[in-house]
This record gives sequence, C-alpha cells and structure tokens, in this order.
Amino acid sequence: MSNSNNDSELAAAQARTLQDTYVQAFPETQAFWLASARGQLLLPHCASCGRSHWHPRAFCPFCHADAISWQDASGRAEVYSFSIVRRADAPYVLAYARLEEGPILMTNIVDVEPAAVHTGMRLMVAFRATQQGRMAPVFRPHS
Amino acid sequence: MRMASERPYPACIVGAYEHPTRYAPEKSVAQLHAECARGALDDAGLSFADVDGYFCAADAPGGIPALMVDYMNLKVRHVDGTESGGCSYIAHVGRAAQAIAQGRCSVALITLAGKPRSSGQATGTELRVLPADRPWSAWESPYRWTVSGIYANFAQRHMHEHGTTSEQMAWVKVAASMHAQHNPNALLRKVFTVEDVVQSPMVADPLHRLDCCVITDGGGALIVTRPEIARTLRRPHVAVRGFGETVRTGDGGDFDLLRTGAAASGRDAFASAGLVPGDVKYASIYDNFTIMVILQLEDLGFCARGEGGRFVEDGGLVSGVGRLPWNTDGGGLCNNHPQNRGGMTKVIEAVRQLRGEAHPAVQVPGCDIAMATGPGMVFGIGHSHATLLLERMA
Repeated sequence: MSNSNNDSELAAAQARTLQDTYVQAFPETQAFWLASARGQLLLPHCASCGRSHWHPRAFCPFCHADAISWQDASGRAEVYSFSIVRRADAPYVLAYARLEEGPILMTNIVDVEPAAVHTGMRLMVAFRATQQGRMAPVFRPHS
Repeated sequence: MRMASERPYPACIVGAYEHPTRYAPEKSVAQLHAECARGALDDAGLSFADVDGYFCAADAPGGIPALMVDYMNLKVRHVDGTESGGCSYIAHVGRAAQAIAQGRCSVALITLAGKPRSSGQATGTELRVLPADRPWSAWESPYRWTVSGIYANFAQRHMHEHGTTSEQMAWVKVAASMHAQHNPNALLRKVFTVEDVVQSPMVADPLHRLDCCVITDGGGALIVTRPEIARTLRRPHVAVRGFGETVRTGDGGDFDLLRTGAAASGRDAFASAGLVPGDVKYASIYDNFTIMVILQLEDLGFCARGEGGRFVEDGGLVSGVGRLPWNTDGGGLCNNHPQNRGGMTKVIEAVRQLRGEAHPAVQVPGCDIAMATGPGMVFGIGHSHATLLLERMA
C-alpha cells in the first residue's frame, strides 16, 4: 500500500471521527479521537499533580487543575475484571482493564476465546470502529 | 445510644403502602402513582388534603414533581424531585425528614410507580447506548455494556480477590426465596436451592439468571410527618433515626470496584443516628443482584471486607436462622422491583418490621432498629447510594 493510500485512509477515518455526534458533544476530547483514528491511545495527564485520569476531561479530577496535556499511552494493560455477556448473538467479553499508566477503563476484550480470559491477563490496545464513526479502544491478549 | 431529645431528624414514617400488582398493563403510570399515594394516606389515616410536601424521582411522568402534583391536585409548599435512581425513595425519606425539621412541610408524600414488566423491558440485559451529552457516554457506549454485565464484573473481582463462590452468592437468592414463600404478592414464591441458582442459565458470567432480581410493574408510597402529627394518628409510627446519601464516583479511573456507596452513606447514617451495625435488628439491603448484597454488607460494617460470602452462606440472612434478618418480603430478588427501583420496597418492609406487621413467619421479635439501604443508577455513571436507620417509637 502506498503512503498516499495510507494518508487518504487516515484522512477518511479522521473525517468520520469529526462527524461522530459523541465527539462533537465534547470538543475538548477531539484530539483523543483523532489520535485513535491513527491507532494511538492518548491519556490526559495533569502537569500539576502528575497523574493520568480516565475518562478524559479538560481538567484533573484529582487536583482540579486545568493543566491537562495529552500523552501517548503505551497501550499495555491487564484485565482488572471481566464478564462474558451471554444474552447476545455471540457471547462477548465486557471488562475493566487497568492501563500500565494506572487508570482503569471499561472495554471489550477481543480476538480471544471468551473462556480464556482471566483476571490479570496481559493486554494490548487495539481500535474498533463505532457505529457513530469514531474509533474506540478495545484490548486483545498480549504476551 | 442517643437520647430521644438528641435525635437529629424529628420526623416519623406514618404511612407505607406497597402496591399489590406486579403486572398492570391496564393502568397508566400516573394512575399507579396515585393509587400508591392513596394507599399510604389510608394507611396513615390522612387524606390528600393533608399533604403539603411531595417527593418523587424520574419514574414520575415527566420526571419532575409538578405533573403528579397537578394530577393528584395536591396543594404543596415543598417539592423535591431528587433523582438518585433506585435509591431515590430512601433518600427522599431522609430529605423529607430534613424538610420537616426545617419547617418546609408537615406531611410529605413520596411515590414510586412504573410498568417495565408489561412494557416488556429486559432491564438487566438490554444494551445501554445513552445520549451523547452525558460525560461518560462516549467512553462506555461502544462496549455493549449491560447492567448485569457490570455487576458481573463486581462479582468476578470479588471472587478473584476474596475467593467468593457462586454457591455463596446463591445463598442470597435462597434467603430471599425462603422469605418470599410467605408473601402472597411476591412474583416468585418458589423456594430455591443453591443448586437451582447455580444451575440456572448464565446471564453474564459469573451471574446466573437467578442471581438477578425480578422485573415488575407496580409501586409504593410513604408518608413522613412531624412527631406531633404522628401522635394523633392510629398507626404505629417509625422515627427517622439516621440518614446518609452519596454519589460513588468513578474516581477518575483510580477506583476499587468492590467499594460501593454504602461505605459513605452507611457511615453517615450510623454517625447521625449514634448507632453501630450491631444495633440493627433487621436490614433491607437492596438486592438488584446477589453480589451487591455481599458488597454492601461489607461496606456497611456488618462484616469485614472479603467476608461477605461467608456471612451470607448457610442461611446467614434468613430471618429466625441467620445473624442478620434481611429483605423479609422476598426483596427485589423474589418479591418486587417496581420500575427497576428497589429503594421504596426496602423502606416499606423495614416499616413493617418495626411495626411488627411483617409476616409472622419472618417477623423479627422485638425489632426496634431497622435499616433500609441501597444503590441507584450504575457504577461509573453516577452510582448513588442512600441509607436510612429507622426506630420504632414507644
């Protein structure tokens, strides 16, 4: 694939992101979703207290400073807790993952047999398109 | 114990009514609210004309007090539409007591009603995709979360940290069913065994179908008033002894999934009452899922962290058998969970116990202090919690 094709795919993904009503409702999180569209997980980091939080806000929920900047996250995480949701066409894993940087977030564990998921399982971020257009972080097993 | 003169909330519950229906396709939600109001006023020996304060939550038509005030043609000088999900009505009793103490009203009416059963709602298992304007929506809606799926994550974590078993969780349902067999209005009157629960279909691992509460139409109402008025009424009255409410936040992503709002609301309720868990003779603890009862028992101080599973097993919650008589109406797990909001029925059964009007098979002898406690909404999106301590008056 040529760079120009990559560039046009990225441009299309970012255009879909900007059309997403969930992104539009919170303009201050737009940078997060534009990064997701290019496969990068960002975390909001507070320069005042040094902590990262979830879900992203333009101010720190710990010290309430507005000195928030976006930092690249490693994408590494582990399963904090999980459930296999059965009442669906195909069972899926609804989980909380703890990022290497500390915050815990709701997510799905994908590309795995649900019965193989366990607390503490090591994970790596991936991205999955939502119905509205943005790319949402999900996680897959990672050795 | 505090002396009566030190009691922080000079207010009493003098009317309580649980609608007998569990399926009401032929009635509007507004009509159900009004029937509940009439039932509680009849119980108290009061009339609609006596009501000067009205409390409701988002289940009221329009989501605000004014529409039901107009429908019932109440003449109020105080309204409170505090929406805390299923625990709203526990919080409303505390707020009514505060309003009465401040002279804002004298006779407070609290109502709840709804029809999720006749409208075919799959409360625990439906996919939740909520409006974009809510701060958490963008971050949770993509993951096909369900209410049962979130509580299943609580259960999985408790099993991981503390070795709690599916059989221990099942004991919560077993206890509820042993009580519900005596309640002619209960949706489920069958006595379940631990095996019944763990062999029922898995809804969201590790929660089985019978770890979940029922879905019912119906409702309930309460009347709170000043002690001077209570003394003129024919019904035994029940004083509001302690109250606490809180919102259990997501802590910016730095949370402990096993700590509920009960830790804060329970602490404040016990502190304001001057009581400790050992004083509680009967507890209504909201049972949307079996695991949530275990978590709250720990947070309320009835047992140490991680000990909830052992506390409930072998009939620990069964009236007359266990260490803490609990949800003697059959709870939300077997009796009733009107409009998916269990706070109202928690208060009503606590009032029955304090009056000595619970079913004789489950009545706690000499019940003088009772608790009604529970969560509202869902973790991560404003998980409210409220706790009441109630005392039978001489």
